[in-house]
Amino acid sequence: MYRMSGVTHFFKRNAAAYLFLTPWLIGFFVLTLYPLAYSLGLSFTNYDFTKPDSTEWIGLGNYLKMFGSLFGLSQFTAVNGEMMRVDPYYLKSLSVTLIYVFVSVPLKLVFALAVAVLMNQKLRGISFYRVVYYIPTLLGGSVAIAVLWRKLFEKDGLINGVLSAFGFTDLPSWITNPNFALGTLILLSVWQFGSSMIIFLAGMKQIPQEYYDAASVDGATKVRRFFSITLPLLSPVILFTLVIQIISAFQVFTQAYIIGGGKGGVLNSTLFYTLHLYIQGWTYHQMGYASAMAWVLLLIIGGFTAIVFRSSDWWVSYGVGE
Amino acid sequence: MVYPVVWMIVSSFKANNEIFSNPGLIPTTLTFENYITGWRGYAGTSFETFFINSLLMCAAAIIGNLISCTMAAYAFARLNFTGKRFWFMIMMITLMLPGHVTLVPRYILLNNFGWVGSYLPIIVPKFLATDAFFVFLLVQFIRGIPKEIEEAAIVDGCTKVGVFLRIIVPLATPALVTTALFTFLWTWDDFFNHLLYLTRPDIFTVSRALRTFVGDAGAVSNWGGALAMATLSIVPAFILFFSLQKYFVQGIATTGIKG
Repeated sequence: MYRMSGVTHFFKRNAAAYLFLTPWLIGFFVLTLYPLAYSLGLSFTNYDFTKPDSTEWIGLGNYLKMFGSLFGLSQFTAVNGEMMRVDPYYLKSLSVTLIYVFVSVPLKLVFALAVAVLMNQKLRGISFYRVVYYIPTLLGGSVAIAVLWRKLFEKDGLINGVLSAFGFTDLPSWITNPNFALGTLILLSVWQFGSSMIIFLAGMKQIPQEYYDAASVDGATKVRRFFSITLPLLSPVILFTLVIQIISAFQVFTQAYIIGGGKGGVLNSTLFYTLHLYIQGWTYHQMGYASAMAWVLLLIIGGFTAIVFRSSDWWVSYGVGE
Repeated sequence: MVYPVVWMIVSSFKANNEIFSNPGLIPTTLTFENYITGWRGYAGTSFETFFINSLLMCAAAIIGNLISCTMAAYAFARLNFTGKRFWFMIMMITLMLPGHVTLVPRYILLNNFGWVGSYLPIIVPKFLATDAFFVFLLVQFIRGIPKEIEEAAIVDGCTKVGVFLRIIVPLATPALVTTALFTFLWTWDDFFNHLLYLTRPDIFTVSRALRTFVGDAGAVSNWGGALAMATLSIVPAFILFFSLQKYFVQGIATTGIKG
């Protein structure tokens, strides 16, 4: 009798909440947890989307296919006896993505911070500037802007048109030149600093004016006030933005796909990780391999996020520093 | 900063040969030719269809996100239940999870359902609150609503469902607008899912259709048409941005939404 009422009590207490959570729970189990486990399983197989019936367990074959060249391999025998070739483009796609993340994210945040400092002054027409700086972020991820970007940086595009008006000659096609192609994509990312700027600006508004007043009385210069007050007090916000930006930069796809015309560009100079994953999984139907690539991406992103959080001990402050 | 965008808009009214030769902003002749040629679209389907497809798909996505994310957020923000801390932690983890890791099995699963080549793979997940960003945003907002109103309602005999529908939903309107706004923009601008699942020209969205201007080798034959349709494709974002500016700033500042 007591047990029954316990169960009834448990049910009564939780029924409403779980009713409200039902859609989310279904989504979590069917569209997140199950695929997560499934893709881990697939990553140890040679699953081919066009012939799923001939799927075989190949152990770490897909992982060796990615990193085999680090051990001097060009081909190897998987546990099912299948001869596998090491993917010659995987490490290239990894390095393209790492360069992109390590150059674009810091540049973008420094830019966002600098502009946020300027915007935090009580200037006239501030709302106009906010609009101007935010528009690139508003549109930046769209196919429209990627198409525009191609047009800007082509051989006869706008950038070269402007440069030649200033007397430059022999200008390259920035998009198809392997030395510059990645640079144009980094520029496209930095151009979209608007949302980071708005977050920094909101953080700066939280800093009490008294700190600045007190520092001014003590004779601190503007530069000194920035480094001793603004930067330390903003550091938790910077940490948060940095993590979000790193995670999303690793996953960039649309711009690379459009600007490279669905491929990795000349000499694979813009073969981003996710683009390579898409080509392997959907052009070549190697979905077992694509799953393995996705899991490695997850580990890489998780690793970098952990490193950033660890490092925050010595650069993020949660109070007024001395 | 906005010069490239302004240039795109102006150039879409230039003659095709002038786009190449004249980097300036002032066209020598004004023409709507690009809009006419671009509007013809791809594979016999015009941009009229692509725009209607995009708008209907976004409308369904907004409805899905509003219902499912608000429901989940109400449970997390206001109700006490066994396992709440655990599920909330899971929700926050999914917020950080890169989508690619679930991509292949999702595709196989949805393909088995026979959904590839329809909008269902894009719309149905919205009804299952898979955009954890919005759950988080709404949780933050609902936590800020004073509890006294609900307590009074419960004393008056209002059920939890009643509280949700009559108190939480009306009071959370600003956060719901932010959710609807960003759902629209992200669904409209998304390309990857459209590329994977919208496999026939007659169900293409605007962003999927724009890609057809840039061929496989990256070559574009009709630059004027491409710029004209690209210009049209950003019009909805502009309209929403200028009419709902404060919701943008609020949405970004409270959750640090990506971008």
